[in-house]
Amino acid sequence: MNILVRIKRYDPERDAKPYWDEFRVDVEPIDRLLDTLNTIKWTMDGTLTYRRSCAHGVCGSDAMRINGRNRLACKVLMRDVGKKVTIEPMLGYSVIKDLVIDMDRFFDKYRSIKPYLITHDNEPGTERLQSPEQRAIYDEGTKCILCGACTGSCPSIWGNPDWVGPASIVNAHRFIFDSRDQGGAERLNLLSNKDGVWRCRTIFNCADACPRNIPVTDLIEQVKRAIVYGGPEEA
Amino acid sequence: MYQKFDVVIVGSGGAGLMAAMQLPNASVAVLTKVYPTRSHTGAAQGGVAAALGNQEEDHWKWHMYDTVKGGDYLVDQPAAEILTREAIDAVYELEHRGLPFNRTEDGRIDQRRFGGHTRNYGEGPVRRSCYAADRTGHMILQTMYQNAIKNEVRFFNEFLVLDLLVNDGQACGVVALEIRTGEIHTFHAKAILFATGGYGRAWRVTSNAFACMGDGMSIAYRRGVPLQDMEMYQFHPTGIYKVGVLLSEAARGEGGKLLNGKGEYFMERYMPTLKDLAPRDIVSRCIVQEIKDGNGVDGKDYVYLDVRHLGAEKIAEKLPDITDFARNYLGVEPITEPVPIQPTAHYAMGGIPTDTDARVVIDSQWTPMPGFYAAGEVACVSVHGANRLGTNSLVDLIVFGRRAGKHMAQFIQENDFAPLPEHPEDASREYIDHLYSSTGGESAARIRSELQNEMIDNVFVERTDKGLRHALDEIAGLQEAYQNVQLQDKGKTFNTELVEAVELRFLLDCSEATIHGALARTESRGAHFRLDYEKRDDVNWLKHTLAYRGTQAHDVRLDYKDVILIEDPIFKPKERKY
Repeated sequence: MNILVRIKRYDPERDAKPYWDEFRVDVEPIDRLLDTLNTIKWTMDGTLTYRRSCAHGVCGSDAMRINGRNRLACKVLMRDVGKKVTIEPMLGYSVIKDLVIDMDRFFDKYRSIKPYLITHDNEPGTERLQSPEQRAIYDEGTKCILCGACTGSCPSIWGNPDWVGPASIVNAHRFIFDSRDQGGAERLNLLSNKDGVWRCRTIFNCADACPRNIPVTDLIEQVKRAIVYGGPEEA
Repeated sequence: MYQKFDVVIVGSGGAGLMAAMQLPNASVAVLTKVYPTRSHTGAAQGGVAAALGNQEEDHWKWHMYDTVKGGDYLVDQPAAEILTREAIDAVYELEHRGLPFNRTEDGRIDQRRFGGHTRNYGEGPVRRSCYAADRTGHMILQTMYQNAIKNEVRFFNEFLVLDLLVNDGQACGVVALEIRTGEIHTFHAKAILFATGGYGRAWRVTSNAFACMGDGMSIAYRRGVPLQDMEMYQFHPTGIYKVGVLLSEAARGEGGKLLNGKGEYFMERYMPTLKDLAPRDIVSRCIVQEIKDGNGVDGKDYVYLDVRHLGAEKIAEKLPDITDFARNYLGVEPITEPVPIQPTAHYAMGGIPTDTDARVVIDSQWTPMPGFYAAGEVACVSVHGANRLGTNSLVDLIVFGRRAGKHMAQFIQENDFAPLPEHPEDASREYIDHLYSSTGGESAARIRSELQNEMIDNVFVERTDKGLRHALDEIAGLQEAYQNVQLQDKGKTFNTELVEAVELRFLLDCSEATIHGALARTESRGAHFRLDYEKRDDVNWLKHTLAYRGTQAHDVRLDYKDVILIEDPIFKPKERKY
């Protein structure tokens, strides 16, 4: 089938401002949108620029705004996009070139919530014990691939780029609710301010955008409750 | 720009980050051409093997036996001993660093079955693979990155390394292209670790990321380092049909089976003891045989992976990601339908030769190149021999990544900076300038696509002298065409067309060494199967291939070094049956 692909282009060395470019591409229904971008790059316009790596939804490189929603280009099939598809860089980030956004600030925010296991006790000779139930409590957050789709879909980020954003909170949750971790209070303190969890207005865009189906908004709400009640609730 | 660090690590996957963890008191730079969490370690699914014995009796020596036999006896046995002994402690280290393993009822790390892993020297399957659902590699990568943040490791994201700097036989730095700006940088270092992964993108059907282009292997090869056992390339039996995306062996570890077009669970016929859990080289050959015998589905070139009998609950709990892949890329519902699969290019057993401290060794006499290290898929220790067992890649990363880090910590204490060679960036600048200015009209995408087709046609599961010679001629032609690659994008900012052109040269180099090794090795062993030499030949071929680069594709020089065996009779080479 033949599809019209509209792409928002911007090359800082050539363009004063972004513009819309169009390509007509023959595709198979089960081609990924990433395959279509590759077809354009490899056979039509070598200057088209985007990130990609694993091509099956686990590395998080190719998050972009596809028909108005943040998706991974390698998880969207051409049969599902219609006769015309519109592709833009994600909102909420500065654009480096075409679909490539600057992720540095995103990763700075991730770092700010101390995304690592904090323990004060000596390590045992073998593994620390954790029951399957304790493990299940924080399972959802461990799926995060840091693609930035949730953060780039959030109106609170669009309005205030300093906000820590949903991805960072998901990763804070992953540790706050891990029975082995002893840094929960520290992280809750970091997140209890106007640029922390409270700028979340439960809009649910983040949960819709997540390519890993993480219930992002729920996890943020759990962190809010943990702040109010002084610690994670027992499941 | 010039920068100086005690240690430069190229690659931010499991091996590179595990090494970085061992260097808390050194200045360390990690260079990656992606963002660290995009590294291909994150795509590993099934698990990491270690004889913890949490579920049933197990011993590292059984694991070692499986590794040696699985590798069809091309494994250096002392290295396999280190791998399997240290796996236990390394897995505990991962847990201590926060890795969220699945747990047993009593709170220990859960373990499951995996191909080729057995109890008591081959008696039957054993539960040895420690796992986190079907995203164990993702968890290792995330955990290591989190710890790197904790240790304030300095990252240079989206830097493409172009060259290894060597002065008077000593490695002393790298040259890299900053993708975002197009700037060339020199990194001066006492020790350099290559942890750049494999080159699965040389084949059209592959489980590997676009990033897996053989960067480190090619750069070392161009600096006179040989590549070892490159003919030993693993084709994983269960890639999604046509797409190549991996459906983890964990599916068979949990009880999934291969089904042919006649509705037969055919592995029972070939391998009566381990059946679907036989090692990957064997299972891939059985699939190819079934297809040749007309037992593919509808006479086509694929068979099925069947997990229907596991039930919806177990599939959701233990295999969520791969179920999602089948739904997404094939529109197949694994709970009710079998999934079309075919062998897919997956893993390089070969690579840059190293000793067990991850030091790169440059000849058959085990002479090290001071300051140069390699670990993970880019390296050949050799613990995987002619065929890697499932889950042993992650074991390799953590064990030898760790050993590399520890050895470098000592090396930088004892050694000063070697001076850089004169004009260290010249070769790289000349090369990049050539790519920018070429008007040859050739397309890198076309060359890459022809290479990938040729490698699938003639350097795949089954090989012949004729096919390999055809592939070699083809590569020679493509290398010539490469000189005329012309870019459409002449910009400096984030020029991914330039990056892809550089990576294509890496792929061509790795493919060249692979074909030479395969052509010379007139036997069948592990993943290297010759239709014209179907038997393993220990008299002539119980040895490692070393391929040295020549001036063009046809004049690669081959040398060999002995496989290191130990005295214990249990590890004596014998016929491989499962």
